[in-house]
Amino acid sequence: MLAMNYRGPFRVRAAHKPYPEILHPGDAIVRVTRSCICGSDLHLYHGLVPDTRVGMTFGHEFIGVVEEIGSSVQKLAVGDNVIVPFNVACGTCAFCKQGLFGNCHESNSQATAVGGIFGYSHTAGGYDGGQAEFVRVPYADVGPTIIPDWMDHDDAVLLTDVVPTGYQAAEMGGIKMGDTVVIFGAGPVGIMAAKCAWLFGAGRVIVIDHLEYRLDFVRNYAQCEAYNFKSMDDPVLFLKKTTDWFGADVCIDAVGGDASGSALQTITGKKLLLQAGSATALHWAINSVKKGGIVSIVGVYGPTDNLVPIGNVVNKGITIRANQASVKRLLPRLIDHIQAGRLNPKEIITHRVPLEEVADAYHIFSAKLDNCIKPILIPPSARK
Amino acid sequence: MESTPNEYAHINGWGVDADPTNEPTHPIKNYTGDDHQRLNWERPPLQAVTVEVLKSNERPNLTAVFGTSSPPSGLSGIIRRYAFKSSESEYGHWLPLLLADRINVVEGIVDDLRQGHIPNIFAEKGWKADWKYNREGLVKNLLVGVVVTTAVIALLSRKKKKSIR
Repeated sequence: MLAMNYRGPFRVRAAHKPYPEILHPGDAIVRVTRSCICGSDLHLYHGLVPDTRVGMTFGHEFIGVVEEIGSSVQKLAVGDNVIVPFNVACGTCAFCKQGLFGNCHESNSQATAVGGIFGYSHTAGGYDGGQAEFVRVPYADVGPTIIPDWMDHDDAVLLTDVVPTGYQAAEMGGIKMGDTVVIFGAGPVGIMAAKCAWLFGAGRVIVIDHLEYRLDFVRNYAQCEAYNFKSMDDPVLFLKKTTDWFGADVCIDAVGGDASGSALQTITGKKLLLQAGSATALHWAINSVKKGGIVSIVGVYGPTDNLVPIGNVVNKGITIRANQASVKRLLPRLIDHIQAGRLNPKEIITHRVPLEEVADAYHIFSAKLDNCIKPILIPPSARK
Repeated sequence: MESTPNEYAHINGWGVDADPTNEPTHPIKNYTGDDHQRLNWERPPLQAVTVEVLKSNERPNLTAVFGTSSPPSGLSGIIRRYAFKSSESEYGHWLPLLLADRINVVEGIVDDLRQGHIPNIFAEKGWKADWKYNREGLVKNLLVGVVVTTAVIALLSRKKKKSIR
């Protein structure tokens, strides 16, 4: 079968790999019909995530058709069209029982700080991902959700990560009616967080980024204010001023490891790999939120240390909420929103690329070429 | 001033998920106490270990399922095994892993050549897309690369000549 194959930082190719096997009675094999490249895949692609091994297949955002099932799978049948959440979750451990599907304790032997994630390095369990024609899906009775007949599959594929992550970012912000919400990062997750902030009753939504095409997009798509931090002397000062010198009620960091904006953090994080990426967005979020406000973090940070102004967190009495999205918990509500027309995820898809051209797709997304917001990959078997 | 739904009539679904009791504490609100049972939940059947799987030293056993992509091998594998002797909170864990990743890239190229495959670095870096959407930048990068390489070669050959004298 054809699959994306990681060869090193900034180098990937489409290559043939063995067809995946059922390795556990709860497994299913899914024939992929669409997969996305996620902003957090770029952290792997840029070589920022430890234990990303040559030969791995990335891709934690995918949908497909159930091709085979293991002996204990009961809720799926061959031929079902399924949304596969990016978390690999057992559904039975203490954390899954609490709804923390992103923190499953039975899916990642290689780290305890993060649960299993498809195609996201060995630090997240060493699973091959869905940027392929077929993929092994463990715990098939827990994560995969049947795609409703009425749902456009372009909407469905975005329910695997980007929509739930944006929604959970807003949810963790504890937004109250009329709150001012600032979102750092106008990538797909930041865009979705802006859109979802309104559902929680935000009174004002502000997005900060440095790429004009993304700011234009989010302004139109999420009907919010959007500003370029490159045109500001100091984004924190700007945000204080525009919030009556109080600070925002809620700040959302939707950037994480690849954040731009600070030379020191870029050198120590992205270049020297001595801290987990560039924490610039988090720094700005902590300093821009009001006293007693809430900072919600969904931006991906690697596992090593970083230069976080933790003293300001203490002094300001800030609540910080952060997590990987627990996709399964959020899916029913998000499916309702799509059916009611409140969310229209597929509108963020800007590029549809054959899987064979995966290297070009990664480069376009990484280098922000051709006004790319969200690329999806279509395997050859899904184009017949 | 209080916000009213009329102000936001242009936003489909404004406030539908607003809940005055919403606290940013989910899933703490759903705390079950199950984690006091530690590892005593009913574990799913365990996946058979058919490849080498490295295990965090912060847990007693392998998880019930695990990925089998790219098991550790070669020099990078030796370094990875060493890294897993330290906990996730140590630089001694993460920095060796990053080193192993870089060595693994060279191993990947050697492996390709051993299998008679010459990697097409230009294609793998997606330069076709650069040629299409960023031609000026690509040409500039190539020129800079050529100039720097030429300068380095010239400098090295000059030093060589001097040392021959």
